[in-house]
Amino acid sequence: MHNPVFWAQAWFVLLSAMLAAYAVLDGYDLGVGALHPWVAKTAEERRVCVNSIGPVWNGNEVWLIAAGGMMLVAFPRVYASGFSGFYLALMAVLWLLLMRGIAIEFRSHFANHLWRGFWDVTFGLASIFLALFLGVALGNVVHGLPIAPNGYFQGSFTLLLNPYSLLTGLLSLTLLLWHGANYLRRKAVGTLEERAQRWAAGLWWAALALVAAMTAATLALRAGIGANFLRQPWAFILPAVTVAGLAIGFWARRRGREVAAFRASTMVIVGLLGSAAASVYPALLPSTLDRRDSLTIFNAASTPHELFTSFLANIAGMIAVAFYSYHVHRTFAGKVQLPPPGAGHEY
Amino acid sequence: MVFADRIQFAFTVMFHYLFPIITMGLGFFIAVFSTLHVVTGEEGYHQAAEFWARIFAISFAAGVVTGIPLEFEFGANWSQFSAFGGGLFGQVLPLEGVYAFFLESGFLGLFLFGRGRIGRIGQWLAGLGVAAGSLLSGYFITAADAWMQHPVGYRLGPNGQPVLASFWQVVFNPYAGWMYAHVISGALLAGSFIVGSIGAFYLLAGRCQHLGRDCVRAGVIGAVVFSLLQIFPTGDIAGRDVARYQPIKLATMEGQFKTEPEAPLAILGMPDARQGRLLDPVRAPGLLSFLAYGSFSAPVRGLDSYPRDLWPPVNLTYYAYHIMVGLGTVFIAIALLGGLLLYLGRLERSRWYLWILMLALPFPFIANEAGWVVTEMGRQPWLVYGLLRTAAGISPNVSTGEVIFTTLGFAGLYLLLGLLFLLLAGKVIHRGIAEEEAAPHPAAMPSPEPPRA
Ligand code: HDD
Ligand code: HEM
Ligand code: HEM
Repeated sequence: MHNPVFWAQAWFVLLSAMLAAYAVLDGYDLGVGALHPWVAKTAEERRVCVNSIGPVWNGNEVWLIAAGGMMLVAFPRVYASGFSGFYLALMAVLWLLLMRGIAIEFRSHFANHLWRGFWDVTFGLASIFLALFLGVALGNVVHGLPIAPNGYFQGSFTLLLNPYSLLTGLLSLTLLLWHGANYLRRKAVGTLEERAQRWAAGLWWAALALVAAMTAATLALRAGIGANFLRQPWAFILPAVTVAGLAIGFWARRRGREVAAFRASTMVIVGLLGSAAASVYPALLPSTLDRRDSLTIFNAASTPHELFTSFLANIAGMIAVAFYSYHVHRTFAGKVQLPPPGAGHEY
Repeated sequence: MVFADRIQFAFTVMFHYLFPIITMGLGFFIAVFSTLHVVTGEEGYHQAAEFWARIFAISFAAGVVTGIPLEFEFGANWSQFSAFGGGLFGQVLPLEGVYAFFLESGFLGLFLFGRGRIGRIGQWLAGLGVAAGSLLSGYFITAADAWMQHPVGYRLGPNGQPVLASFWQVVFNPYAGWMYAHVISGALLAGSFIVGSIGAFYLLAGRCQHLGRDCVRAGVIGAVVFSLLQIFPTGDIAGRDVARYQPIKLATMEGQFKTEPEAPLAILGMPDARQGRLLDPVRAPGLLSFLAYGSFSAPVRGLDSYPRDLWPPVNLTYYAYHIMVGLGTVFIAIALLGGLLLYLGRLERSRWYLWILMLALPFPFIANEAGWVVTEMGRQPWLVYGLLRTAAGISPNVSTGEVIFTTLGFAGLYLLLGLLFLLLAGKVIHRGIAEEEAAPHPAAMPSPEPPRA
């Protein structure tokens, strides 16, 4: 029951799944936010954009919070090293999350166009930078960090913003824009829907190009990166999901295929994150100084007993969460209908 | 330097806590009003629930955005603490997200936007879900804090680090239960005063009389119940727990410098840590011994029996404690007076009383924050009581300059957020509900803003 390897692996899978869920769910929030300054031309269209994510964005963000807490209990040394090492970058992300949340929640309180204009710009900029920074962070993890023997590193901005990570940041921004455009296609009607569809069609090409560039860069950068896949060939499913997602995305660019298009971008995101996880495994924070200083799911894990109890406690809750967040999404499925005047709460 | 990290954590967590006080308190009253609506069918209760839900939504947003930094500060500023105790106090921390935050955010979305989609009963259930979620999120975070106050459920591992021995002991820490009761009662007390105070404002201003009356009544009844619960049993037992598990904190908060039997309770007085005595004290003989140990003659250990380097900051802890208890006494007086007026049927006509109730609004916040200062300052110099010193918990790879810089950043952002919160809450209160029927929600009208080029 307390097999250390098994529980460390189980946590690795659960945490990867949590982060993928976060990327897919809050990903479309960020995508809509980043895209809306360009696709929404009228005040009403901007309101449709904000209302399309209004009732769900906060629940989507909880995936990140929960994943953070789970990282703390399962791999405390990774939590400690990662967040302190990325100190200033992390604070920047926290402030952006703060501004984005305020922008979404506070924009509707005055009908004044200066007020709304300010929050719309804030919403757009915060979403763009968040999408970029989250990609940069992931790029740095795959790339490796100068982790010292005591398990810590100092992540200055010049270190973190290396070309490889900038590429992954750009990829992340592009994918989330595409994902957001696909989401908006499902939620909007009329000209807004058409514009979102056109953006989605264009972004598909950008996504394809960047996925290819990122794959090439990763293979060039880290020689042994494919070793895990050769050892466990079933892991090829993950890149295959990405490729399939891109293919479906191409097919679904046309009208009337909005559900398939959204599934396609979901598949690409899940496939890429899964591939990244599979290729760094078992490391969580690989060290560029000495491979032996890498923080892995084995040397950074809590005790098997701790892993076991926290896994059961969290997985039980996660099943319930998956169930009712599905329900919440179902309740708000379909096209956004702006409430009639006087109907109380809205964005 | 640990001081900078302590300032940052204290500032960000105290700012955050302002909002959970509101949401935990109001969530309860929203549930009460919507239940009354479902039971009596009266439209007024529905309007009251909707009105408070609007304030709730603003507070919730502010609570969410200020809570996220805290969770990551454990890793960013207190990384050695996270690495040291993550496997233990991390047992409860993520449960807050998994069991409470998802619930709260999901139900809030349904409650606010679900009208027409989930029906009246559905909306009522969603309102109960919001209240349950916010009260539940208090538990897990309190249990995490309780583990730092009184670490349990662990044994020492090979390298001197605590490792989990019993999951259930960590989740149901004996320190956590009464602490949680006291915390929740404090939030509900604040909620009662918020509801009563805004209701009093409406009655005094001669607007929204119906809402005002419902709110003043509900607020006064809540205040009677929760101000009494705040002292007894919850505050009383919190004090006994401190006496039992952290006697040095007890000595500090009571200003008890000498070890003595029949220890008196200091009601007033200024502690002087250098001379080691209380200046100009007003004391009730034997009472401290009785409150802490249930016997007037029980000896109470004073600060003199501990080495100086284990003393918590004396002044802050002492004054914060006396502010909390002093205010608690005042709240009981206000609440009982209101209860009496309500019983006599003169509550709404007693303008002098409504003035008192309206102006009381900030004080429950002060009392709640002061209580946390007692708890957290009184724990010093320990981060995990008896196991890890605060100075040993910080991140080795983060410089003081970075911490000061980000603290200033938080200060600026939170100043903005605080002003926005007051602006928007003030606007909701100013608008009230009676006017709402006459003029539709401005945001819902066709927007006058021109299309952007
Ligand atoms: C409206 C708020 C409020 C009021 C009127 C009181 N308290 Fe309180 N108190 C709190 C709000 C609070 C709190 C913010 O909720 C704390 C902080 C942490 C905790 O467990 O509760 C707290 C902490 C706290 C502690 C420290 C617990 C610890 O260190 O673990 C003690 C001993 C008391 N309280 C006792 C009292 C007594 C005897 C009161 C008598 C009037 C009282 N409190 C009124
Ligand atoms: C919301 C209510 C809370 C308030 C107002 C509060 C207040 C404070 C204050 C004033 C300090 C600084 C004490 C000092 O350095 O002398 C502090 C420190 C700290 N608190 Fe709390 N606290 C709260 C809840 C919590 C909870 C629930 C936790 C844990 C889960 C926690 C964990 C910490 C940590 C890690 C520190 C830093 C280390 C230290 O200074 O001891 N706090 N808090
Ligand atoms: C160091 C301590 C704390 C941390 C790390 C923390 C963390 C968080 C986080 C991450 C959120 C956002 C959740 C979301 O997105 O929905 C949040 C909100 C919340 N927190 Fe805290 N919190 C702390 C202290 C407290 C305390 C002491 C309480 C109550 C006793 C509390 C009660 C709440 C509630 C009720 C919410 C929901 C939002 C709201 O109602 O304002 N928190 N907190």
